[in-house]
Amino acid sequence: MIVFSDQKLKEVKDIISHYPEGKQKSALLPVLHMAQEEFGGWLSVETMDYVAGLLQLEPIEVYEVASFYSMYNLKPVGKHLFEVCQTGPCMLNGSDDIIEYIKHKLNIQVGETTADGLFTLKTVECLGACGYAPMMQYGKTYREHLTKEKVDAIIEECKAKSN
Amino acid sequence: MTKKILLEKIDVPGIKNYEVYRREGGYRSVEKALTMKPEEIVEEVKKSGLRGRGGAGFPTGLKWSFIAKPEGIPRHLVVNADESEPGTFKDRYLMEFIPHYLIEGMIVSSFALGSNVSYIYIRGEYAWITDILDQAIAEARQQGWLGKNILGSGFDCEIYTQRGAGAYICGEETALLESLEGKRGNPRIKPPFPAVKGVWQRPTVVNNVETIAAVVPIINEGGEAYAKIGIGKSTGTKLISACGNINKPGVYEIDMTISVEEFIYSDEYCGGIPQGKRLKACIPGGSSVPILPANLLLTTAKGEKRLMNYESLSDGGFATGSMMGSGGFIVLDEDQCVVKHTYTLARFYRHESCGQCSPCREGTGWMEKILKKIETGKGEMKDIDLLWDIQRKIEGNTICPLGDAAAWPVAAAIRHFRDEFEWHVNNPELCLQQNYGLAHYAEDIRVPVA
Ligand code: FES
Repeated sequence: MIVFSDQKLKEVKDIISHYPEGKQKSALLPVLHMAQEEFGGWLSVETMDYVAGLLQLEPIEVYEVASFYSMYNLKPVGKHLFEVCQTGPCMLNGSDDIIEYIKHKLNIQVGETTADGLFTLKTVECLGACGYAPMMQYGKTYREHLTKEKVDAIIEECKAKSN
Repeated sequence: MTKKILLEKIDVPGIKNYEVYRREGGYRSVEKALTMKPEEIVEEVKKSGLRGRGGAGFPTGLKWSFIAKPEGIPRHLVVNADESEPGTFKDRYLMEFIPHYLIEGMIVSSFALGSNVSYIYIRGEYAWITDILDQAIAEARQQGWLGKNILGSGFDCEIYTQRGAGAYICGEETALLESLEGKRGNPRIKPPFPAVKGVWQRPTVVNNVETIAAVVPIINEGGEAYAKIGIGKSTGTKLISACGNINKPGVYEIDMTISVEEFIYSDEYCGGIPQGKRLKACIPGGSSVPILPANLLLTTAKGEKRLMNYESLSDGGFATGSMMGSGGFIVLDEDQCVVKHTYTLARFYRHESCGQCSPCREGTGWMEKILKKIETGKGEMKDIDLLWDIQRKIEGNTICPLGDAAAWPVAAAIRHFRDEFEWHVNNPELCLQQNYGLAHYAEDIRVPVA
């Protein structure tokens, strides 16, 4: 069932209060972030419709926003999502090799999820960590100065978390 | 050695927290500002010569003076913390390690502009930094720097953060406002300008994080004192985020009198290039500004030492110069491939085009494809001219500056490195195994001794 807990509903209300009367649409981006976190790491149509109802929007207003921003996943993703930056400055510092290594380690291509549903690999464009390259986003944090050893350690860490 | 202003206290243990920040002299500018008239604050900012630190370099005081003041309609300050220009990670540094600096600057600026509710629009990926800012806002509120009747002045102010969700275009101010309204980040046609009709059609000023932070020292020390730092119209200090092939990537605060050469080679800043390699090229102000080969980077066409400031970096126009931009300083060593690097940037801009204007939507895709073709040894000579033609048709023909931002890197790469593009076409197999490197034009590149 796609329903926020009372605690989360309170948070939604609080976010809406940041904007003028009647402008609750402004809460859409933050509420979509919350919904994605709560309901399995991606935004199903059901989830988006639920958010539309909460904010008194037409469903299309939610779909068009969800499909515009790259952080919203419109398809299910693995339990652990690796988003590796591949833009210029990261490329200069070896992001290509890191991406190849992760592909090889997890035995998937970019955009795919491992058969056990644990890992998804994506490439992304500059995340503002160019001086700490190569890097990836994992959950709410950045993992920077990546090396093969660090990638191994992160994968182990994820596996341990899932056990 | 640059006298640090914004980063002066960054290494003080615990400076993230309110008590330490306050003990180190934090929030003094709010105490002072609230005894001034809002117009006087705008005047100080004008006197300081402060220019927008996000990329465009527009005089901040002038921007502030444009804000419309229609009777009965609230006004808003929105801080642009969307920092998405490749090579740029300076605002992040400031917000992550000394968050109260931004909050302090925002309270003063909100008072000057008459904004009772101000927002920080921060890129969605900076999720943990949003938490840091929320914490700082809560502390400031608890200490009476935010809320109703601040310090008994009668001025009310609230600050809220809002996370984006992964869209470079939202760094463009009107796209940012659309996004803040909960819509797709499609830039608006100007006029009307945000100063007249911004968020929710209300008068709005959008300023970069670093710009707003700089208001703190301007109020504390006075606009004139701030204007004395730096050179010409490049007043004050600037944060530079340096990356690519350098020994010490990171964020540096510079006063804008130092030379590019010193910035790259001095141990105080980038510390030279790893493994003693030679400098090939550099993009000095974020991915959208023109790339320059080493010789033009270090010396202007007039033969003068190039300095790290607005005027000097753009000396010679796009023919032989570049721009200060956002301060995202990307260095390429002798083994890097300019075609490949440009390809990654073209891919970036294709990915980030909002799709509203055809020249940008279609053109960025074409540029990416052609660059990939050349980079992988499948290019033809006529592709280079086609690429040139496409970038020209994008530049100036779009609603927002993303079109220009996408066109410039491609134009500059062909302008200065055409031989490298041609080499790819002429050596389809070789270009897959090795880079063009520096050998072919090393003669005219003056390589400074570290
Ligand atoms: S290029 Fe990878 S974080 Fe900026």
